[in-house]
Amino acid sequence: MTVLFVVLPLAILFAGVAVAAFIWSVRTGQFDDLKTPASRMLHDDDEK
Amino acid sequence: MTVSLDTPPPSPTNVVASNCVCAHCNLPVPAGLVDASAEDQFCCHGCSTAYAIIHSCNLDRYYAFRDRDGVTPQPAAATGHRYLELDDPAFLDLHAPLKSDNTRTTDFYLEGVHCAACVWLVEKIPAIDHGVIDARLDFGKSLVRLTWREGETKLADIARTLDSLGYSPHPARSATARSVRKLDNRRQLIRIGVAGACMGNTMLLAVALYAGLFATMDNSYTLLFRWLSMLIGVVALAWPGAVFFRGAYAAIRTRTPHLDLPIALGLGVGGIVGVINTFRGTGEIYFDSLSVLVFLLLVGRFLQHRSQALADDSVELLFALTPMTAHRVSPQNPMQIDDVPITSLQLNDIVEIRPGESIPVDGIITRGDSSIDESLLTGESHPKSVSLNFPIHAGTVNISSPIYAQVRATGEDTRVGKLMKLVTECARRKAPIVLFADRLGGRFLIAVLFIAAAVFTLWTMLGSANAADHAVAVLIIACPCALGLATPLAVTVAIGRAARRGILIKGGETLERLAQPGLLLLDKTGTLTTGRMSLRSWQGDETLQPLVAAIEAHSTHPIAGALTSGLASTATLTATDIQQHLSGISGTCEGQALLIGSQHFMEIHHVDIPYELLQTTYDATPVFIAANGLVRACASVGDTLRPDALTALNSLRALGWRIAILSGDHPDVVRHIADQLHVTDARGGLLPEQKLAIVQEELLRGPVVMVGDGVNDAAALAAATVGIAVHGGAEASLAAANIYLHTPGLLPIVDVMHASQKTLTIIRRSLAASLTYNAFSVTLAALGIINPLIAAILMPISSLTVLSLAMGSKTFRRTLP
Repeated sequence: MTVLFVVLPLAILFAGVAVAAFIWSVRTGQFDDLKTPASRMLHDDDEK
Repeated sequence: MTVSLDTPPPSPTNVVASNCVCAHCNLPVPAGLVDASAEDQFCCHGCSTAYAIIHSCNLDRYYAFRDRDGVTPQPAAATGHRYLELDDPAFLDLHAPLKSDNTRTTDFYLEGVHCAACVWLVEKIPAIDHGVIDARLDFGKSLVRLTWREGETKLADIARTLDSLGYSPHPARSATARSVRKLDNRRQLIRIGVAGACMGNTMLLAVALYAGLFATMDNSYTLLFRWLSMLIGVVALAWPGAVFFRGAYAAIRTRTPHLDLPIALGLGVGGIVGVINTFRGTGEIYFDSLSVLVFLLLVGRFLQHRSQALADDSVELLFALTPMTAHRVSPQNPMQIDDVPITSLQLNDIVEIRPGESIPVDGIITRGDSSIDESLLTGESHPKSVSLNFPIHAGTVNISSPIYAQVRATGEDTRVGKLMKLVTECARRKAPIVLFADRLGGRFLIAVLFIAAAVFTLWTMLGSANAADHAVAVLIIACPCALGLATPLAVTVAIGRAARRGILIKGGETLERLAQPGLLLLDKTGTLTTGRMSLRSWQGDETLQPLVAAIEAHSTHPIAGALTSGLASTATLTATDIQQHLSGISGTCEGQALLIGSQHFMEIHHVDIPYELLQTTYDATPVFIAANGLVRACASVGDTLRPDALTALNSLRALGWRIAILSGDHPDVVRHIADQLHVTDARGGLLPEQKLAIVQEELLRGPVVMVGDGVNDAAALAAATVGIAVHGGAEASLAAANIYLHTPGLLPIVDVMHASQKTLTIIRRSLAASLTYNAFSVTLAALGIINPLIAAILMPISSLTVLSLAMGSKTFRRTLP
């Protein structure tokens, strides 16, 4: 079970990466408007 | 009374032709507007323009999207503004500075954005105006961000395009306030995210530790788990949890009770003792419970904050009301007209106001006849005819023809400016209600400290070595998590459900204020009546009725609509020679030349009105009908009472409210309405300032709720304990009111009253439940039976109880009577 001494800090490091990713997504404004994108994708068309 | 019959109303009336619907908005087309030769029919000019634009740019998919989404159709209510002031270099540099890639960006609030298809259409602006690079719409805020290439298009052109599609744009001026709010929102989200991650990880570690309580675990593993949970726990307390310490510090500095005080105490003591115990290697650590606390409290706070921000956003439209520039007639050369900012106008300058424009200043007409929509200021829905020497007011809209006016007041000195100042003053004077939970916070802190001290002394006297541990357990376990969640949860649930019913409530304290019944003041226009004209009575020759109906079918005026729907018409009759005049309509039908219009209209055409038809009726507008030069009949047309008005008032009375009517309308009209509704206290003919005085006087006696629409009520709305702005009123009354009703009628008010009482009950119940939990767990801690495991179980249970109380409540679920 001594592997815990390596795995646990590693797991927490992973969690830290996830938190960092979340902070990045908030800071780049991906959570600013949760209502419009939902309806925007409904009407996304194939003209592009 | 002079009523101009030739002004098209802003929206189509109820003159319905047989199953012919508008190609743009699907609403019925008035019979007089049906063009048999055209393929598509339109209910109004606005819809026809919008349809032409959409069609010519191959954006017809809009209709498919809209029909698929199944939304209620709305006509394209274009204002016809020219938006020239937007191309003013000063405006552009301030609100849309030129960027290095030769583009400009600005934000507009749009009116009339109501469905997902609107999002699609607005974001397709680049396909209509090729100079626009990008249009992004924030549906929740009705805010569009436009980016366009300098030189390829003009902002005024973009604005006109938006306007003709039915989305009248208003420049969004408070860009800084908005970005501050946005950043604040992001910070809160980050805090919640970090707190959530910390919570999850400490809980996982705690599970391992608790498992170790029941089985043997090697000491080195225990140490590892303890150190790691300390690490994460300290992050949770020092980063997201810092909010509570800052709040507690502010509460101490300003000496106001606040719920942050006991929270910070619990978190602080728990954190410090936990760190010490981790270093010592023995003793209890509470990091799992502490990080759960931080997370849950942050979520509660976020919910509260968001419902408030939502309301703030919808208020900002107010500041886009009066125009920023005016067309000044050059003092040197009367033929030259310059567009100047309002601020550089001088008293006695002459300004030109074109049809369809908002009037920028208060002044006196020096040239021109027109009709003016004063609904913003007076709430009166009929346009008023004006001519030489008539006073005009800023914020009202010139409808039919250009007028010239001499400036008497600008900016804050105008009537609308003064009213707005009154609104802000009244809003500021209203002392903020300290939330019940916050008031409780102070006493709670003292009680907890007292109990902890008592526990410590008692256990020391009993000779226990663990006296300090027990006291610390009391401090941590007493941390009022559920107490902090109770109010925001109950309020957010109520506000959220209200919003889905078209009731916008600003701030939770509004609900708290409404729970105590008092005096309910109603404004007649718009709240009690439908605002739609209908035929009240007919005097004189009844054989003329079908002829009148046939002629009036050609007009879109509200009065014409009332006459066509109220009179029996015969489909075979055809009217010819239809001519619309300023205050009437003329035409020939069945060989009779008919004149239909106001008394003034008859006088212009030198037709005498027989004495028996000429009588003063104040509750309705008289319309005279002359056939072949003789007045033969008089129809009176008036506003009708809402069908639900009496039921709603009776339910309000049952809740303990006293009802009174305050109105700017003629006292006789008000009396007439009040009698039908059994309201004894009804006052009419009031100026906005008088309404304010009455509200302030009544406030001395108890809570006053003011229900009104329009800017004319704004000051009274702001001064009242709670101001309720109703559907169809000016968007400006939003700013002053605490509640805004999107749905017509009085029943939503009954709903709000019910909901506020229910919400308060739920808050009280939740507070009681959380206090009981605290009392129970503090007792356990004082007796020394508590350990981190029991704490970790008790804490979520109390929060879950509060949550289920709030969610399971029946607020706003009542079926309407």
